[in-house]
This record gives sequence, structure tokens and C-alpha cells, in this order.
Amino acid sequence: MSDLETFRTETRAWLEANCPPEMREPVRDEEDVYWGGRNASFKSDAQKAWFEACLAKGYTVPAWPKDYGGAGLNPAEAKVLRQEMSRINARPPLSSFGIWMLGPALLHFGTEGQKQRFLNEIARGEIRWCQGYSEPGSGSDLVSLQTYGEDKGDHWVVNGQKVWTSYADKCDWIFCLVRTDKTNKYQGITFMLFDMASEGVSTKPIKLISGNSPFCETFMEDVSVPKSYGEDVPAYVGEINRGWDVAKYLLGHEREMISGAGGGDRTAAIGAAMKRHAAKAGDEIDPVLRAELAMFDVDALAYAAMGEKFLDEIKVGKAHPAQPNMMKYVGTELNKRRHELMMATGGSRALEWESDETDGGKPSRNWLRTKANSIEGGTSEVMLNVISKRILDLPGS
Amino acid sequence: MPLYHDDDQAMLADTATSFMAEEGSIAKQLRHWRDRDCKDGFGHELWKQMAEMGFTGMLVGEDDGGLGMGHVEAGIVLEEIGRNLTPSPFLTSSVLAATALKHGSNDLKGRYLPGLIEGESVFAVAIDETAKHRPSRIACRAEKSGNGFKLTGSKSFVIHGASADMIVVAARTSGSDEDADGITLFAVPKDAANMSHNAVRLVDSSVATHTKFDGVELDGDAVIGEVDGGREILNAVLTAGRVGAAAEGVGVARGAMDMTIDYLKQRKQFGKLIGEFQALQHRASHLYSEVEIARAVVIKTQQLLDGGSEQAELMSSVAKAKVAKAAGLAVKEGVQMHGGIGMTDEYDIGLYMKRDRALQEFLGDAYFHANRVAEMSGY
Ligand SMILES: Cc1cc2nc3c(=O)[nH]c(=O)nc-3n(C[C@H](O)[C@H](O)[C@H](O)COP(=O)(O)OP(=O)(O)OC[C@H]3O[C@@H](n4cnc5c(N)ncnc54)[C@H](O)[C@@H]3O)c2cc1C
Ligand SMILES: Cc1cc2nc3c(=O)[nH]c(=O)nc-3n(C[C@H](O)[C@H](O)[C@H](O)COP(=O)(O)OP(=O)(O)OC[C@H]3O[C@@H](n4cnc5c(N)ncnc54)[C@H](O)[C@@H]3O)c2cc1C
Repeated sequence: MSDLETFRTETRAWLEANCPPEMREPVRDEEDVYWGGRNASFKSDAQKAWFEACLAKGYTVPAWPKDYGGAGLNPAEAKVLRQEMSRINARPPLSSFGIWMLGPALLHFGTEGQKQRFLNEIARGEIRWCQGYSEPGSGSDLVSLQTYGEDKGDHWVVNGQKVWTSYADKCDWIFCLVRTDKTNKYQGITFMLFDMASEGVSTKPIKLISGNSPFCETFMEDVSVPKSYGEDVPAYVGEINRGWDVAKYLLGHEREMISGAGGGDRTAAIGAAMKRHAAKAGDEIDPVLRAELAMFDVDALAYAAMGEKFLDEIKVGKAHPAQPNMMKYVGTELNKRRHELMMATGGSRALEWESDETDGGKPSRNWLRTKANSIEGGTSEVMLNVISKRILDLPGS
Repeated sequence: MPLYHDDDQAMLADTATSFMAEEGSIAKQLRHWRDRDCKDGFGHELWKQMAEMGFTGMLVGEDDGGLGMGHVEAGIVLEEIGRNLTPSPFLTSSVLAATALKHGSNDLKGRYLPGLIEGESVFAVAIDETAKHRPSRIACRAEKSGNGFKLTGSKSFVIHGASADMIVVAARTSGSDEDADGITLFAVPKDAANMSHNAVRLVDSSVATHTKFDGVELDGDAVIGEVDGGREILNAVLTAGRVGAAAEGVGVARGAMDMTIDYLKQRKQFGKLIGEFQALQHRASHLYSEVEIARAVVIKTQQLLDGGSEQAELMSSVAKAKVAKAAGLAVKEGVQMHGGIGMTDEYDIGLYMKRDRALQEFLGDAYFHANRVAEMSGY
């Protein structure tokens, strides 16, 4: 048996022994996942047990080095773990912007001191991070951002407003784009890290069309951000005024994450489940709906292959650097279509907004939430612009 | 296995790309034979060259004198065939018939494989009996007669039927038309008596036949595999053929897309390159995404098939359907974005549209395969 096959056998056995049955149910919404943080609590004993088992194994962040809280898996092993987890439908033990976004940026640009401190905190689920990018006047055109940090020698004084900051009210720290040079558009932004409990930071939740409030306005009023948190732990990633490079790198990861390229629900076929669902409700699936489900399944299964190919290629540097934009575009549009079809299959039942039968209106709330997929992390239109420019090399774009 | 070509496959791709671009180009092959109203619709000289390149017998096992390669490799050649719209019997002979012959007796292999490997022989496969692909229904009958069989019935749209030295025919040896069992595959030689072809030219300039069997006498040696045991072989032939057609379709899609993107960078209107208009940029980017995904599902399926995975069957339909949608989009957007010249015979983009249409029908279109995906998934 090859090492990889041995690893697969061991992983399968480990998952069998450690992943509780409740953690093998599809993730219905963000509350089904553990997000960590200072004020976090587990939703169930199973969630806690699963998190702790993974933590001990380094599986909250399997591909990160062991020194930083990971399991140090190589790409092939990480792929096997992903395949074995998706085979049993295992939920992620821990989700966070720290894992998807800040972590990869720190692995790439961070100092050793930053990695030791922040990556371990993320891996252990101790500190929950939020992303301070968008501003009221700077959405798609992010680089026009205005939040300003005035240099005061050993610290900055930050003033400004961020918006659509996901979970800002539940997060402990923020990675935030702050203008530190007003005369230079691209090379005048610093990628800062600071505590949301700092004096002068306040948040105000915004209610979404789904009725939930997972994102906020974030206000910064004379917030003092020290330039360093100790030896080799600067308060910024990369260099001062060069935060745009970090931000762009991180957007790549964000897009990859939102795309669902790594598998999971977003790349799965749904037709068979929809038939069972309808049958349980005493309904039948209309032939035209069935046809749409079949076309959807073709697209979803093909996209799953694309996700696998993309991850394989990225590991060996074969993927086009702008390919995450393509994955994000297609993955999010697909997920919106999936929920349209789920609503159509659910019929009037899926319209219930608060009932027990729908677990508090999950079908419609989730459907509405997916509409943000093609907006957050860069809109579909912006993704298409990037593909035109960077991959197809079309003129004037 | 990672979803990209390994070093050997990448080398083969380089070779196939330059060979097909050089020898199989639209000007040298498709237009050349079409404009001469060639009865075969392809060039035998190129077929021999493809044999010299080692292409014709790539799926044939090494024990039988072939290269023993897999569907990833065959797909590499097919993608270049697609990109250049090269008319050739590769798909019917080297993929479909070769897959059928894998199940044949040593005698059958000895009779037909050397000709294929040398590029001397061309094979066709006769399955469908109506205008839409429907392999579940086989009415053409082979009745026991002496030591052999007597074949009666007809087959439609047999690609290369009139040029073929041998036709693999799926016939019914027992049961009724819609039965899954009771199918037998026969290797019917070109010179069989009581076989007649009505050749028709199709929109893409390929030539297909409506072939009639009026009591064609076949000896027992003509049976591929077991009598009444043909369904499984037929399924293997269809799966290989569909994956191959999908690979060719990816080539068609990429060829059409590349031409179109190039055109967007050359044509000026309103004082600008038309590629500067966001209305076209977004559609081009969407097209790119769809074609990339089609490529991905094709290589995934080829690997599954080569690895003997159970999933290959389902994924062959996913691939065929996805490619049909993506290539269909590529040629439609291609013609549209070329404006008026896209409608001219002189310009190649229209040829892509024609080939795509024929490939879509071949072994089942997107509707057929999406339906099959639903059935196999249990709904
Ligand atoms: C659920 C959710 C969570 C989010 N979480 C965060 C977060 O945690 N942190 C954070 O910083 N931000 C977050 N965002 C913000 C998100 O990144 C922005 O909403 C996004 O970048 C779009 O900006 P905008 O909303 O200002 O839209 P605008 O940029 O104003 O866009 C409006 C419309 O115009 C189109 N458009 C704009 N420019 C172009 C162009 N050049 N070509 C063609 N079309 C164009 C857009 O595609 C869109 O359809 C979140 C958003 C949502 C919906
Ligand atoms: C069958 C046929 C019959 C015809 N008959 C006649 C006739 O009898 N008399 C006559 O005078 N003409 C005739 N025409 C010509 C026809 O009007 C032109 O083909 C048409 O106006 C498009 O121009 P074009 O071919 O130069 O394409 P282009 O203008 O070069 O367009 C190429 C592509 O770019 C797109 N494009 C161009 N500008 C923009 C923009 N600003 N924004 C977004 N996209 C853009 C187009 O939509 C198209 O997809 C005929 C054409 C055909 C095909």
C-alpha cells in the first residue's frame, strides 16, 4: 500500500471513531458551524466533541504547519482528508475568516512572530476575526477607500467607517484596510490588525433581507492602533503603505472559499434529494422542474470536477492566477440557482417564515442569503471584468 | 490522480497539437474534401499519417499490437481533432470500434486490428435506428441460420458507414425491441452480401449512411463477445464513445472561443476594438468559464474511465451534456460576435457551428444525457 493509501485508511478510521453522527448532517446555515472566539459557545455536545477531536489532531487547519496549530498535511494528504470528510458529509470543525482569509495572508506575508501568535490563536478557535474592507463609498472600487490612519510615531490614530463587516459585533479582532498615505492610491494603504475592543470602535448590526443580521457598520473614532504588539509582531501585515498587495492576495483566497471549490454542499447534485423531499411532502416533481434539476445536476457535477482540477493545479502552480475569480463567479451563480430550485421544489411550505416545520423559515432565509454570494467578496460583474482583463487579455478592460 | 496531464501526456499533447494544426487544418482537410464533394468526407492519407503517429491504435492493448493507452490519451488527440475540425474516422474506428473489439475473439482481433493500427482500415458503428439516439431500443434482428446468423433490419445515421471496411452492428438475437437483454454485437465486413447503404451528407460535411440489412449472412465468427451478451459491451462502447465525443467537443469549443476572442481584439467599431465593450467582455468571460468547466469534467471522466471507476458511467453523461452546452454556447456566441462575417462560408466560425451541431447529436445530446443523469441518480 502506498503511503497515501495508508493515510486514507487511517483517516477513514479516525473519522469513523471521532466524527459524531450529528456532525455528518449537511450544514443548513451558518449557525450549524462553530466559529470560535472569546465569547463562543458550542451549539451541542457533538459540536464540541468534534471540534476538540480535530483540534488535538491539527485538523481545524490541516494544511498549516504543525508549529502554527495545523497538522502539516501535504497537498495530496489534505486532498484525501477533504475527500474522506466529504464522503461522510462531515461538517467543518471550525469555520472562520481567520482560517480562510487572514491565515493564508499571514502564512504568505507574516513575520514569524505574527505567525506564532495569530495563526495558533486562529487554529485553536480563540480569536475570531472580521474583515474591514468595504466602505460606504468604496465597494467594488475598493481601492478608493477613505478610512484614514494618521501616523503618530509609535501608533496610528484611525478614523473612518467600514460597512458590510460580517459578524463585526461577534468578532474579537479586525483585519482592516486603512489609508496611510493620501497622495498614493494603490501604495498608500496599510493592512492593519487590531482589537475590536479598542476604544473608539463601535458596531451597528444591519438587518438583511433574510431577517438575520450577520453584518454591521463599523465605526472608528480616534482609534489608537500601536504599530507593534511585541517583538516581531507588527500590527500590520506586509509593509506599511503596501497593504493593497496583501488585500489582493487575500481576496484570491476569499474568492476561492466563497466559490466552494473545495467541495461540500455547493458542488453536490440535488435532484435525488429534491425528489425525496417532494415525496415526503406528498408532492410530485413537475417534469419541467425535473428537467431543470437534471440540467442543474449536470452543471453542479461538472463544477465539482472543476473545483478538484482547480485545487490540483493551484498546488503545482498550473492554475491561472486569476482563476479564483472564475471559480467564484460560477460557484456563486450555481449556488443561487440551487436555492431557486429548492424553493421551487418546496412550494408554499418553503415560504413559511417562522414555522417549526421549516425550522424557523430556513428554506426562504437561506435562499435569500445566497443572493449575497454573488456580491460579497467581489460581485459577479467584477469577476467577469477580471477574467476579461487578466485571463482573456481583452483590450481596454 | 491530479486532474491535469502528467509529463507523458503533456508531451503527447504537444505532439498532437502541432501535428493536427499542421496536417489536420481546416484548409488542408475539412475545406479541401468538402469543396471536392468527397464521398468519404475525410482523407485516407491523413488517416495513414495518424497511424504513423501511433494514434490509430492507441486504445488497442499492447498484446494486440496497439499502444495500450487510455481515454485521457485518446482525448488529447480528439481535442485537437475538434479544434481543427479535422474530418477523420478516429472516433468511430479508434475509440468506438476498438472498444468493441477489445471484447472480440482473438480471431476477430487478428482480422481487424492490424488494419486499424496501420491506418489501412476504417470502422463504423451502427447502433441507432431513428434520428434521435436511443440505444435502449434495438429492433434490427439477427436470427440463427445454420452455423451463423442472418441479419435483417436497418440502421440510421451510421457515420462513415459507406467508407467502413467493417461495421460493428448492434442487433437483437432474442427478446423484443425494448428489452435490455438479447443484444448481440456483430462485426459485419464491408463486402457482406445483401447490405446496402444510402449515403447522406450532413450539415458538417461528414457522410453518414442509412444502412439496410436484407438477410445479411454472417458466420458465427462475426459475433463480438457472447450471443445475447452484447448489452454490456455496447454500454462500454457507448461510454467510451461519449467521453471521446465530449473531448472532441471541448476542442470545438476551444477552437471557436479562441477565434472569437482573437476577433474581439482586431475588429474596430465606434472607434474602438469591439473587445473593449463590456457587453461583449462579460459574455466572453462567461463563455470562458463554461469551457473551462467542460474541460475539467472531461478529464475527470477520462480518468475515472481509465481507472475502471463505477462513477465513470454517470460522469460520461455529465460530461457529454456539459460539453454540449458549453460548445453550443461557444459556437453561437462565436457567430454572433463576428457580426456579418460570421455568417459567411468563407469564414471558419460557421464551420465550428456546423460540427458542434453534429457532435451534439452523436451518441446523445444534452437533453438525452441530462435525463440519463437524473435516471441514474434516482429521479
Ligand atoms: C453578505 C455580505 C457580507 C459581506 N461581508 C463583508 C465583510 O465581511 N467585509 C467587507 O469588507 N465587506 C463585506 N461585504 C461587502 C462586499 O464586499 C461588497 O458588497 C461588494 O464588494 C460590492 O460592493 P457594493 O456593495 O458597494 O456594490 P457596488 O460596488 O456599488 O456595486 C453595485 C452594482 O454595480 C456593479 N458594478 C460595480 N462596478 C462595476 C464595474 N466596474 N463593471 C460592471 N459592474 C459594476 C456591481 O456588480 C453591482 O451589481 C459583504 C457583502 C455582503 C452582501
Ligand atoms: C444575412 C445578412 C444580410 C444582410 N443584409 C444587408 C443589406 O441588405 N444591406 C446592408 O447594408 N447590410 C446588410 N447586412 C449587414 C448587417 O447590417 C451588419 O452585418 C450588421 O449591422 C453588423 O455589422 P458588422 O457585421 O460589421 O458587425 P460588427 O459591427 O463588426 O459587430 C461585431 C460584433 O460586435 C458587436 N458590437 C459592435 N458594436 C458594439 C457596441 N457598441 N457594443 C456592444 N457590442 C458591439 C456586435 O453586436 C457584434 O456581435 C446583412 C448582414 C447579414 C448577416
